[in-house]
Amino acid sequence: MASLKDVQMKIQGVKKTSQITKAMNMVAAAKLRGAQQRMEDFRPYADQFNDAMTSMSGSMETSLFPLMEVREVNSVELIVVTSDRGLCGSFNAHILKTAERQMARLEEEGKTVSLVCVGKKGNAYFKKFGKVRKSYPDLMGTFQMFNAREIVQDAAANFLAGETDEVRLVFGEYISVAAQRPAVKALLPIQPLAGDEAAAEVAEGGDFIYEPSPTEIMDVLLPLYLNVMLYRVMLEVSASEHAARMSAMDNATNACADIISSLTLIYNKARQAGITAELMDIVGGAEALKG
Amino acid sequence: MAETIKLEVVTPRGAVLSENVDIVTAPGYGGEFGVLANHAPLLSTIKIGVMSYKKSGKDQQLMISGGFCKVADNRITFLVESAEFGGDIDVDRAMRAKERAEKRLAEALRKAEHLNQARAEAALQRSLARLRAAGHEPS
Repeated sequence: MASLKDVQMKIQGVKKTSQITKAMNMVAAAKLRGAQQRMEDFRPYADQFNDAMTSMSGSMETSLFPLMEVREVNSVELIVVTSDRGLCGSFNAHILKTAERQMARLEEEGKTVSLVCVGKKGNAYFKKFGKVRKSYPDLMGTFQMFNAREIVQDAAANFLAGETDEVRLVFGEYISVAAQRPAVKALLPIQPLAGDEAAAEVAEGGDFIYEPSPTEIMDVLLPLYLNVMLYRVMLEVSASEHAARMSAMDNATNACADIISSLTLIYNKARQAGITAELMDIVGGAEALKG
Repeated sequence: MAETIKLEVVTPRGAVLSENVDIVTAPGYGGEFGVLANHAPLLSTIKIGVMSYKKSGKDQQLMISGGFCKVADNRITFLVESAEFGGDIDVDRAMRAKERAEKRLAEALRKAEHLNQARAEAALQRSLARLRAAGHEPS
């Protein structure tokens, strides 16, 4: 049985840990609010953008644009978006597992796979596979659209050069504070926005004047579209990361409370045993004196 | 009262402006263009520059960086990377940025670095647009 002192020290230690996890929980909650705000702020832009894209791409011939060219797929690039930091439960592990499964499946089909890692955790994990083409650490927290632009420009150049025939995004989708799940999205070639094109065109009230020509506008819009996609994904991953960390730290704090209460029980038992033993000694001594 | 058009400016950081105005002038692809109420549907790319609008006789100027704009249903929407009101612009800072960009541009030209040259040019244009929006006509 552990001595009183040992148990006491252990309790102190667990208490300190729980202070840290509690603080991290609160920090994550604050950062989550920030990330959610960013997502909220970005929504009007993304919506308007998709609106314009839809009204454009209805009348467009996809073969005109190299970024929309569908080729026979020999090599696929996965852009894996993870967080920069750990201690957020199984959030990153799930994304990495999903990416790895994708990779295995593609390789089984005889395709070559290359990786681009956004966020430190992806590179740390995939380094050993030797397939990481580029890695972008330390920009998840910056919330700058030009960071996303640099990444997609590079990926698009690679696609245009024929190095990759398809680019997919693997990331953690933000569903709610309590739920995040890994998701895969196709990025390149850009698929024409199908569906309610006709409806959109009717709503816009017919033909637009294009300045410059529609083709030239598309040449600006398409890269921007990639940028918007990736930026949105990065915002989602950041929000998911903080939400995941929040619940992981909450669990840890609860676990600490459980450990503390069971340790306190052990401590009290040991203390009681000590007192009883002492009493026995005193009583024993008194009895002996009486004798 | 003359008819107005709804002006919206949206950046990735949120909506900057949403107002009914009399006229909008923007730096389009082929040069400045003006938009009045009930303009025909239009989609145009936007260069870095100064967008101005008039509301009940008062002029307002915004520095906007590249993007595009859409006119439809008596509503003009700018989707740009960033937008700043002329009054919010720190002139000293923009001036310094301009000088820095000019230096970089000269450097890039000397060394024939195309990427840096493009970057410096964009930075220079942004700082010039800021100065103009703030009412400082750069010499």
